[in-house]
Amino acid sequence: MTSGGVTARDEVLGRVRAALGELRGTLPGVPRSYHGAGAGPVDLDLLVDRLRDYHALVRTNGDGHTVAGLLADAVRERGARSFVVPAGVPPAWLEALGSGVLVDDGTLTPVDLDAVDGVVTGCALAIAETGTIVLDASADQGRRLLSLVPDYHLCVVREEDVVATVPDAVARLDPTRPLTWISGPSATSDIELERVEGVHGPRTLEVILVPAAADPRPPSTPGQSSEAPVQS
Amino acid sequence: MTSTFLGLPTVAATDTEHLRGEPFPVAARRALADGQLRANLGRATRTIRAKRQAVVDEVDDWQELREAGRALKAATMARLDEHLEQLEAAVTARGGTVHWARDAAEANAVVTELVRATGSDEVVKVKSMATQEIGLNEALASAGIAALETDLAELIVQLGNDRPSHILVPAIHRNRAEIREIFRREMPGVDPDLTDDPRQLAMAARRFLRSKFLSARVAVSGANFAVAETGTLAVVESEGNGRMCLTLPQTLITVMGIEKLVPAWQDLEVFLQLLPRSSTGERMNPYTSMWTGVTPGDGPQDVHLVLLDNGRTATLADEVGREALHCIRCSACLNVCPVYERVGGHAYGSVYPGPIGAVLSPQLTGVEQNATLPYASSLCGACLDVCPVKIDIPSLLVHLRAQHVEQHRATHRLPSPEAVTMAAAGWVMGDERRFAAAQRAGGAGRLLGGRRGVIATLPPPLAGWTSSRDLPAPPAESFRAWWRRTRGEVS
Repeated sequence: MTSGGVTARDEVLGRVRAALGELRGTLPGVPRSYHGAGAGPVDLDLLVDRLRDYHALVRTNGDGHTVAGLLADAVRERGARSFVVPAGVPPAWLEALGSGVLVDDGTLTPVDLDAVDGVVTGCALAIAETGTIVLDASADQGRRLLSLVPDYHLCVVREEDVVATVPDAVARLDPTRPLTWISGPSATSDIELERVEGVHGPRTLEVILVPAAADPRPPSTPGQSSEAPVQS
Repeated sequence: MTSTFLGLPTVAATDTEHLRGEPFPVAARRALADGQLRANLGRATRTIRAKRQAVVDEVDDWQELREAGRALKAATMARLDEHLEQLEAAVTARGGTVHWARDAAEANAVVTELVRATGSDEVVKVKSMATQEIGLNEALASAGIAALETDLAELIVQLGNDRPSHILVPAIHRNRAEIREIFRREMPGVDPDLTDDPRQLAMAARRFLRSKFLSARVAVSGANFAVAETGTLAVVESEGNGRMCLTLPQTLITVMGIEKLVPAWQDLEVFLQLLPRSSTGERMNPYTSMWTGVTPGDGPQDVHLVLLDNGRTATLADEVGREALHCIRCSACLNVCPVYERVGGHAYGSVYPGPIGAVLSPQLTGVEQNATLPYASSLCGACLDVCPVKIDIPSLLVHLRAQHVEQHRATHRLPSPEAVTMAAAGWVMGDERRFAAAQRAGGAGRLLGGRRGVIATLPPPLAGWTSSRDLPAPPAESFRAWWRRTRGEVS
């Protein structure tokens, strides 16, 4: 938009420069004496504790189960009949989920997804200190709406993908990918600041935490963290 | 140092409807008479203060994070023009479109035009302070476009034809029984047997909004952060309404103040620790969404960013006052403020209430337009202690008071009551004999004191001082008199 021939862009930038005056461009130092990336070890027990503290359900393979076995247990206990999965999940997951599985081909609409009971995804990483999982739309996670519309989100976290802190996560993530940071089920504190869980996002978040050895994947579908979800 | 603030080439916000109201003392007096309001606020702020303290205490490098946050914001401001251009280039390179707006009217016109171009007459909204500030919903309504707030508290405010009273929890002034009444009265298709259980109320909002999300074609959001280096925008939320709006519609329009930048992707490692712990008192909020332009095949394919000035460059021009632009809108300062806790957010007359609002709103509008807000504080300093980016709000308040007094002097024949009182106090206290005489005379002031030992109204010409303050009645004996009586003569 222009007024008097000067665009809003030029005028706002001009105002910024005028406001800064002679100080413009001086760069005050930024002390980064906080704990940065790589400062501490990964504590898997802390991750489990922090996930449960915000009322996510957690399954680990303490008795040596494979991810397929844990998935089958979760689905059976949940009583969920229909699931959606992104196109890039390992074949072993599909077998464990049985016949009611819908594989996203990129055409499923929000209304379609509203009719399924749950979604199963992998993740880019998990943060132990905050109990957060981060999805980056890689092949085993899919489009963002998949993990949003169904009411139950079952997420496989490989122990090798757990980082200690927020700085560790920021260092590993690619900001040009669409990122969703998830810490527990959706919640609100808008009524008298009392926390109520389960508003618009999935009302149940369940995490399966396994070593990579228990989640075998064919060579073509490893984490795939560097591939774009859909390239046009 | 003091800096004068006259005649700079920057422009304060011209449409100030959502940034100023009636004088604070008038609004505060009315709010203080509302016992229900004070009970609601007291309960809510006590809860959130305890939650915040618990999760801040878990972090052993909290002070280092605060210092990094402060410095990062200062560095952002020092090169704001370069960072804005960098952001614009990065967003554009990834398929987004960047728009600029000098003021509220221009931002509203840009958004209205973008919505019209989609052919939709309805938008879903993520809670956004910037769109509150510019009155976007009203502007869209006058263009025949319905804007639906999807954050639970914003929905409560919208359905109740109310105004937000808190940055994070806009309906903090409402209790569960009041919210049930609003839902029963205003929410289409709501169960008439709805109880006031917060869970039931939240589920009612879920049912009401679900079909809207699934069919929405256009969403409007704000942004908590924008990364200049990468063009990445971030929205931090809890309910999932943000994810719905940012993911499902075809068109996404984000309105963001020009100060919300951070220079580099790495900088988010600081703010994503500071914000949730300060704001909702959580280690991490349930959902944070980040997007960089358009991702083919995933989420909105038509992505816009509106960069808003609306008084921010005028604020930036004040070397002291610009620190208010560092605010990341966590609202921790509201929750600890003894003034906010008693009067609530509406008394400030601005969408930015509380301590940060008292320094931000007058700068966005120009101090003379909002002259009572810098006095809406006891300067106790609790706000500075909790601020995640260490904004020195008490010093900013004093700075703005000085500006107000200066401007008052420049434009009025008579000085302000504060200037008169301070000048008189300076003259009296500058000389020992004058001070001693004044203290003796002060004993007479006890006659003005009420039963609580306070003077509610001084006689003219000193009435200006007590129009919004109580004055403690002078003690029967001054300290100097007491010392002389018990320890002999003053040496």
